[in-house]
Amino acid sequence: MAGRTTVHGAKRGFAVPQIPKIAVYIVGFVPAVWLFYEGVNDRLGADPMRYLEQALGLWALRFLIASLAVTPLRQVLNINLLRYRRALGLLAFYYAALHLLTYLVLDQGLDAAAIWADIVKRPYITIGMATFVILIPLALTSNNAAIKRLGGQAWARLHRLVYLAAIGAVLHYLLVVKSWPPEPLVYTAIVVALLGYRLVRSVGRRASPKRRPA
Amino acid sequence: MLIRRPADILPSEITPREVYLNRRQWMTAAAGLALAAGLPGSLGAAPLPAAKSPLSATDEKLTSREDITTYNNFYEFGTDKASPAAKAHTLRTSPWTVKVDGLVAKPADYALEDLLKPVTLEERIYRMRCVEGWSMVIPWVGFPLADLIRRVEPLGSAKYVAFETAYRPDEMPGTDTFFPVLDWPYVEGLRMDEAMHPLTILAVGLYGETLPNQNGAPIRLVVPWKYGFKGIKSIVRISFVEKQPETSWNKQAPDEYGFYANVNPSVDHPRWSQATERRIGEGGLFAKRRPTLLFNGYADQVAQLYAGMDLKKFY
Repeated sequence: MAGRTTVHGAKRGFAVPQIPKIAVYIVGFVPAVWLFYEGVNDRLGADPMRYLEQALGLWALRFLIASLAVTPLRQVLNINLLRYRRALGLLAFYYAALHLLTYLVLDQGLDAAAIWADIVKRPYITIGMATFVILIPLALTSNNAAIKRLGGQAWARLHRLVYLAAIGAVLHYLLVVKSWPPEPLVYTAIVVALLGYRLVRSVGRRASPKRRPA
Repeated sequence: MLIRRPADILPSEITPREVYLNRRQWMTAAAGLALAAGLPGSLGAAPLPAAKSPLSATDEKLTSREDITTYNNFYEFGTDKASPAAKAHTLRTSPWTVKVDGLVAKPADYALEDLLKPVTLEERIYRMRCVEGWSMVIPWVGFPLADLIRRVEPLGSAKYVAFETAYRPDEMPGTDTFFPVLDWPYVEGLRMDEAMHPLTILAVGLYGETLPNQNGAPIRLVVPWKYGFKGIKSIVRISFVEKQPETSWNKQAPDEYGFYANVNPSVDHPRWSQATERRIGEGGLFAKRRPTLLFNGYADQVAQLYAGMDLKKFY
């Protein structure tokens, strides 16, 4: 969602076949539909609620990572997927919303006291909730009208919050598991790499502004 | 040592006579198991005759065999719940030797068959509460750990019993990872009075058949009033010691997993609540949580073991 949005027509990258954006949404929702279908038919294993909850959260993180990968892919490998970034970011938000809804309704049975106790006492829930709250303004402004209203610079600044959301998402994941199993560590490494790339690049740019072509 | 039980019944009194006399049948079954376990894959579910026990929880619906054998925490075979069922077939459970050592009059390397020869197997239906917040009701087949302890004659100086799981990287893909999830081998321990308690069993089967590998074959500990991780699987060593032994999860995260690990709804895990649990197989996707019971519902039998102890401190 964040980053430089200007498209350099001069750069010739790999020819990415132009598929309609709606196709990204349709494919993106396949896991959710499949999970609910399997869940309702009791085919998600011994602990279906937990499976659904975790799978939806994981898909939210995957789409978040995909949206963060768009800029480095363009800058490093010259693969331009910019036109799909909004869809990827919104899919991350929709999956995060489904993940949260599963927690609220199926996991906690809308027990307000238990949910509030979780938010206050459990850092992983606190961080998860905060991460979702961060995603809300980003989702609400993921449209052309909002970009026009805010102005490109302010919009881009706002959408840098996605970096914080990515950190929150992997922290939330790391804090919910016992010990240090490989999966959350792999996702953390990917997020660290994607954010580290931006950090290194911005530091490098500041250190040698003249080296950049105008 | 004084150990209070709900009723002072000898195993021979509660066991139907024909079953009691049929131990030889078990030995034949064990021989069949030994054969089958030698084959690749886990074809080795052999029937185990077992007597009913008054210590069983009989008023609750059993968790299905399918759920019990496909939803497992056995990190030696991966951290995913489905991994043990998929990967544990590589563990060779026959021949199997259990080393008994430490402060004990009869230390030895016991062949599993020799350990089982003198015991009467019982069916023990127990609730199992995982520290992660889910639970099952499992019909174990096993015998009181106290039977074995009496036989090997611990010395008066033995205050604790320490257990160790097999550690075989070739057969246990989960122990061969870049970041070790736990410090292998898996170790656990009990205070002597906990180990001698009649509810504490060594299980060799479930649902009337020998244990599947993913459930800790060929022999594992079951302590129903404690969180599931105390139930160490695939035991190769039982040591009698004077000092409180190290336990794997306590070493991994001492502020999260204590030595006692008694099920207690009012002592939360630092990162999540222990007040409620989800019973596996109960209502599928829309199952409601149920309240967790102190000592997993076994308070009448075991609370006196911890009289005067601050359970928040000794978690």
